[in-house]
Amino acid sequence: MLKINNITMRFGGVVAVNAFTAEVKKDEIVGLIGPNGAGKTTVFNMVTGVYKPTEGNIVFSPSEENSHSLSTLSPDEIAKIGICRTFQNIRLFKHLSVMDNVFIGNHLRLKSGLLSSVFRLPNYTKEEKEMYDKSKYLLEKLDLYEEKDEKAFSLPYGKQRRLEIARALATEPKLLLLDEPAAGMNPQETQELMEFIRKIKEEFNLTIFLIEHHMEVVMGVCDRIYVLDHGAHIADGSPNEIQNNPKVIEAYLGVD
Amino acid sequence: MEKKKLTKYIVSMILAIIAIVIANIVLDNYKVRILNLCFIYIILGLSLNLIYGFTGLFSLGHAGFMAIGAYTVAILTMSQETKQMTYYMKPMVPFLESLNTPFLVAVIAGGLMAALFGFLIGAPVLKLTDDYLAIATLGFSEIIRIIIINMQSITNGALGLKGIPQKTNGTIMKFLNDNFDIGIKPSINLLWAGVASVVTIAFIYLLINSSYGKAFKAIREDEIAARSMGINLFKHKVLSFTIGSFFAGIGGGLLAVSLGTIDPTLFKFSLTWNIILIVVLGGMGNIKGTIVSACLVTIAMEALRFLDEPLKLGFMVTEAMPGLRMVVFSIILMAAVIFKRDDGSLKSALEKVRGRYAKN
Ligand SMILES: Nc1ncnc2c1ncn2[C@@H]1O[C@H](COP(=O)(O)OP(=O)(O)O)[C@@H](O)[C@H]1O
Ligand SMILES: [Mg+2]
Repeated sequence: MLKINNITMRFGGVVAVNAFTAEVKKDEIVGLIGPNGAGKTTVFNMVTGVYKPTEGNIVFSPSEENSHSLSTLSPDEIAKIGICRTFQNIRLFKHLSVMDNVFIGNHLRLKSGLLSSVFRLPNYTKEEKEMYDKSKYLLEKLDLYEEKDEKAFSLPYGKQRRLEIARALATEPKLLLLDEPAAGMNPQETQELMEFIRKIKEEFNLTIFLIEHHMEVVMGVCDRIYVLDHGAHIADGSPNEIQNNPKVIEAYLGVD
Repeated sequence: MEKKKLTKYIVSMILAIIAIVIANIVLDNYKVRILNLCFIYIILGLSLNLIYGFTGLFSLGHAGFMAIGAYTVAILTMSQETKQMTYYMKPMVPFLESLNTPFLVAVIAGGLMAALFGFLIGAPVLKLTDDYLAIATLGFSEIIRIIIINMQSITNGALGLKGIPQKTNGTIMKFLNDNFDIGIKPSINLLWAGVASVVTIAFIYLLINSSYGKAFKAIREDEIAARSMGINLFKHKVLSFTIGSFFAGIGGGLLAVSLGTIDPTLFKFSLTWNIILIVVLGGMGNIKGTIVSACLVTIAMEALRFLDEPLKLGFMVTEAMPGLRMVVFSIILMAAVIFKRDDGSLKSALEKVRGRYAKN
């Protein structure tokens, strides 16, 4: 579904990501781990079009007959073809309601034009109702419906993370990118989150690519894992292989 | 939106219009003029709030868009004879001299012209980054003034335009006046400004609560997140900016009709400043607040007019200090910014002041 071919990202003299190659297949949960500053978020930023890779390319094939080269697309176009993400430092629409946050996630699929929206013509009201119903469904699924009228910033941290996932799901992604979804959570919450990720993957027919910097967290949930260190790919394989890989152990020694 | 809510809004719109008709009958000319300006400033305040308060684009060019609307309306409504008399330094372009449209057409054309310029200014700047929008729009509104001063055969240059026809009694009003002794004033500018402002409020309200309006707010809240949710930043910013410019043009056109006289000095930066004041005072992204603050600012502007004239302070009389009014206004603006909370409405500012002196 996602093929990352030899991408390099340079910021001036800093090589944030160096000739990284990876693949995410349909229906997989793939992890991307590495110590802080390894270049993980930069990989996500290249996949979602925030940065253009200095070298290399990324190809997204939501279905077999459909294939897009991501380096020519802007972030909003990438969202439209089915890749959506969450952010390491939560980026909700803080002063908007929980419901509005999820509702806005639907906007990219809106077909009605501006004037038919303003004048509430039937084609718009029909779409709007569907958007509300879908947002409601997502909020219920993610156990946030009770808070629907609260402002996003007033939610506790864990719920903000879930709201970000709800908002991303509203865009109807095929590939969901989660950037350190467990950051700031205790082991108990982290465990629940991983269960939850597996659940939404089944429920919404997703393929998931997930960043984490604590290795243990992703062991239970990922099918395969890539390890980055100082921008370079140092290992990949099943959780078991990764856990016992001497290079990985070395990269993590003294870091955590 | 629910049917019941919609009915409620339609009913309140009709009531508002009836109230305006009554106001036009019972109020004296001075009050009618101020109320008229209130309506116009509501339109202007809302149009800037759409751009700045709802979408987060900082524009300093409102006076420029108003000038375009004002001149369009003036040129389209003035009669050929009036034009011939007014353009005595340099005759008007013959085509424009004979051009004359009904009032409503002229006002809408004023809005569309302003929207066109809004698009032409906004698109190149917003394509790259909106950091420079403030500078670009500020430059634009000064350039527009200079163009107006220099295009004498179209705009009559620095002399300005006089004798812009007032909107007088329509057929229905004439009928009422002839058959019932209620003394309706000949001018019905107020009705037009009132209806335009009710329509603008409704339009902005419906826009802001539609999916597009929510996308505008998302952009204001966090561009990076909005973009990652598939919102095309450029398209939505240009839409918001162009619609805002449209209503600025409408407001400018109505202002021209209400004043009857316009010239390039009217559209200096201080006019933009007044509207920024309305938006900041009323609260960024707050429709009700903008309506209230537009009225307050307009009334205060009139009430504080004495500040620009010689002041009698007990025994002594100060010299006239033109501009003192603006100083007082700027102080109000600063106070508003200081007292502004997150939702930034005037109400919360007042609560804050009260909170200092009252316990609860
Ligand atoms: N926009 C940028 N400009 C300059 N350097 C950057 C930028 N983004 C990331 N970097 C650098 O790239 C490296 C990798 O960062 P990042 O991808 O955020 O790491 P991780 O997510 O693995 O913690 C860091 O050294 C960081 O300072
Ligand atoms: Mg990171």
